[in-house]
Amino acid sequence: MAVMTYREALNAALREEMELDPDVFLMGEEVAEYDGAYKVSKGLLDEFGEQRIVDSPISELGFAGLGVGAAMAGLRPVIEFMTFNFAFLALDQVINNAAKLHYMSDGQFDCPIVFRGPTGAALQLSAQHSQACETYYSHAPGCKVVTPGTPADAKGLLKAAIRDDDPVAFMEGELLYNVKGEVPDDDDFVIPLGVADLKREGSDVSIITHGKMIHVALQAAGKLEKEGIEADVLDLRTIRPLDMDAILATVAKTNRVVYLEEGWPYAGTGAQIVSMIQDEAFDHLDAPVKRVTQADIPMPYAKNLENLAKPNANSVVEACNQVMYR
Amino acid sequence: MAETKTKKKAGKKDSLEAYGVSAEVALDLMRDMLLYRRFEEKAEEAYAIGKIGGFCHLHIGQEGACAGSISPLRDDDYVVSSYRSHTQAIAKGITPNAVMAELYGRADGAAGGKGGSMHMFSAERRFMGGHGIVGGQVPLATGYGWKSKYKNEDSVTVCFMGDAAVNQGAFHESLNLAAVWQLPVIYVVENNEYGMGTAFSRVSTTDMQDKSASHGIPGISVDGQDVLATYQLFKKLAADVRDGAGPQFVNLETYRFRGHSMSDPVSGTYRSTEEVDRHKKEEDPIALLREKLFAGGHLDQKGLEEMNNEARRIAQEAADFADASPAPDPEALYKNVWAEENEHGRLFFDGRSR
Repeated sequence: MAVMTYREALNAALREEMELDPDVFLMGEEVAEYDGAYKVSKGLLDEFGEQRIVDSPISELGFAGLGVGAAMAGLRPVIEFMTFNFAFLALDQVINNAAKLHYMSDGQFDCPIVFRGPTGAALQLSAQHSQACETYYSHAPGCKVVTPGTPADAKGLLKAAIRDDDPVAFMEGELLYNVKGEVPDDDDFVIPLGVADLKREGSDVSIITHGKMIHVALQAAGKLEKEGIEADVLDLRTIRPLDMDAILATVAKTNRVVYLEEGWPYAGTGAQIVSMIQDEAFDHLDAPVKRVTQADIPMPYAKNLENLAKPNANSVVEACNQVMYR
Repeated sequence: MAETKTKKKAGKKDSLEAYGVSAEVALDLMRDMLLYRRFEEKAEEAYAIGKIGGFCHLHIGQEGACAGSISPLRDDDYVVSSYRSHTQAIAKGITPNAVMAELYGRADGAAGGKGGSMHMFSAERRFMGGHGIVGGQVPLATGYGWKSKYKNEDSVTVCFMGDAAVNQGAFHESLNLAAVWQLPVIYVVENNEYGMGTAFSRVSTTDMQDKSASHGIPGISVDGQDVLATYQLFKKLAADVRDGAGPQFVNLETYRFRGHSMSDPVSGTYRSTEEVDRHKKEEDPIALLREKLFAGGHLDQKGLEEMNNEARRIAQEAADFADASPAPDPEALYKNVWAEENEHGRLFFDGRSR
């Protein structure tokens, strides 16, 4: 096991997959000469050249669509959005083209493309730069959605995403790039899409979450532990495909569930999961499932207001107490 | 760039020689155009009796633009288009049977009945789709060009769009990318003067031919009703682009004789009946080529009748084929949503059995 940052893990995954397959290329704003806005692609230009590590103009719709076309024609593009906030400009290419081409052509064309970049709030970037974007992508059949929360998951899942024959929205956490963790040394370390990971075991309550929020969930679990409550923390890792078996297993184990996500509540990922839990595990529930989300407002700038808007460990603890009727 | 200002339109010549087109090629173009006209008339008829549903955009009046621009291409060249693309699909090599069966929503259609009028596809023929969002296919075309360059192939991409598409961001972003990376793509506006019911002159203060100028991409206009001029231009452009000339922009001037779609009137509030009639009388691409072929002694009335009968036969055969083709198997509903169904995890969330 090597200890590396989330950023280094992503870099290693890109390097290894590009070494394996000459059809893989990385395109996006500042990815080449600048080493990436978040330095994820550091050093790759020197190694692979400007043909495969490509600085694009600020033109999200254009280069995302170029990537979709290149994927249809047989390449395996990795398109970096500097952040997913900017990817709204390219949403037509992702939803109307990438996600639908395989079906519309009745399987004649595949679209093996990865759209990757950070999502969610960082620190005091305010409304247009602080939002969790998963549900826009998971809403559309044909698009897979991956949200790694640790360096190991970042590496193993990015390698799987690049090898997958479908379009994948690979959503990183802006505040995770410096997070360190152990990553297996194996250069064929691939985590299959659709497999959740129990980040902490407990039998009293389940906190189900994804992406950056696993760290908030673990923090909440630590607080609960001091009160004698043991929480299961289930990290979905991928939103589509979704490891429903793992969700049902933790529900059956604890009978009490909190869904934690960084995004807004309305039609959020948690809304989908809660609906499925009540449908498929109703008899296992000892309390209504609670959701913890961002406040239902655009993100404010002022530090105190921003803190109030974000989900945090205390709000998760409070929700856990509610489902445990404490 | 100086060459973007080539204002003189090609076309309106008398003899085949003046175009540098052989009689054989000209006769083939005539056959193609007759097939496209008869095919679209058959589709029109089928739509009227409810055999074809949804939106249905016909190419009647624009056959010269289609035949002249696609005939000079190679099999390994890419063609992509908008939602008005039945005849372009045929021109690139999808059989009339498969196109008509797709219009009928049948299993033997070009997209297995899942695409319909706006979404013809053939991976084998490199017909990369009819696309339904105005301008949405233009970045895709840029991607095919990227692939050709990335793989050191000398294939060329021809990207068709309607005149309204040039006001979309997707158009300008694509042209900029193609120019920056010198991609082998010919961007073609099938300029039939109207985006649905809005005249181009009402939504642009600059000329169509100048739309690529700020990206440093040469722009040229050609009379799309003159199939020989169109053929001559595209033969040259395809060769130039194959040789590394970089992206090109063509204002392919044409006119549609029908409404925007089968649901829309031919004329009315946005263009007069007189205007349409004048174009039909003076600018019918089939009639214009017929005159040249007759005048040059390359074709006579009897020969034309034979060609026309053959086109009719193929169109009828396509309709019969489509009629006989079964509706898609209900099991097709969930097929090909995903190219890869992962071993783990759920991909479908509707709770239905598949």
